[in-house]
Amino acid sequence: MTLALFYVVSFTALLAAVGVVTAQNIVYAALFLLLALGAVAALFVLLFAEFLALVQVLIYGGAIIIVILFALMLTRRTEAEHVGEHRRWPVAALVSIGLFALLAAAFVADSGRFGADERAAVGVRELGTALFERWAIPFEVASVVLLVALVGAVVIARSGGAGEQAEEEEQP
Amino acid sequence: MTLLHFQLLSAALFCLGLYGVLARRNAVVVLMSVELMLNAVNVMLVAFAAYRSPDPTTGLVIAIFVITIAAAEVALAMAIILRLFRSRGSVNIDTLDRMRG
Repeated sequence: MTLALFYVVSFTALLAAVGVVTAQNIVYAALFLLLALGAVAALFVLLFAEFLALVQVLIYGGAIIIVILFALMLTRRTEAEHVGEHRRWPVAALVSIGLFALLAAAFVADSGRFGADERAAVGVRELGTALFERWAIPFEVASVVLLVALVGAVVIARSGGAGEQAEEEEQP
Repeated sequence: MTLLHFQLLSAALFCLGLYGVLARRNAVVVLMSVELMLNAVNVMLVAFAAYRSPDPTTGLVIAIFVITIAAAEVALAMAIILRLFRSRGSVNIDTLDRMRG
């Protein structure tokens, strides 16, 4: 039962990922990304990481997709404009397939070395304790990183300022 | 359902994201592909935490940090892309060759 569920979820994730990298309409690509992220959240549930599934849906499905959709809407000039693949896309495909073959070979070769596959469930309480005791300092640093990124994003995206005026006049 | 299933799925997602980063020319699509790659890494972290780790909380905590950094990265990248679009009128990364050496 769980195996069937795993296959359904993982094929959804893979098809959605293919959609993200091949869709010509970039809004469709963003919606495919939402589907892929939702499938990854389902995978987290299958791995007994319910809290991470929740975080995934909230942050990726909620915040990041909204930001990406806003950026898409703000950077599209015309409906007809579409920016497709690079000329050398076969090289990119070859590199990706080669890397996948390498990784898959390594994983398959490695899989026999360990014993039975048993999953360990982690409760939210345990996770919270670990986050605020052992990982307290990295947690605080991460919050500072978020704050700095937020302020930086506002400063970068803000229009006006002397430097930008000159830059705009330089461009035809 | 073994660890190998999750490893192969994660590798496939990562390689699809890599293809998107290398082959697409729209900066926003490249950013979405980076998000795919980060998610593949998260799947791997959580799978190893569940199956192999003596202390299963560690992988989950690192996955939470990855999600945090991804959120910061998206906000900054979007600001840079918007700024580029305003000054250049395009988000095609092939035309962003002003800093080439």
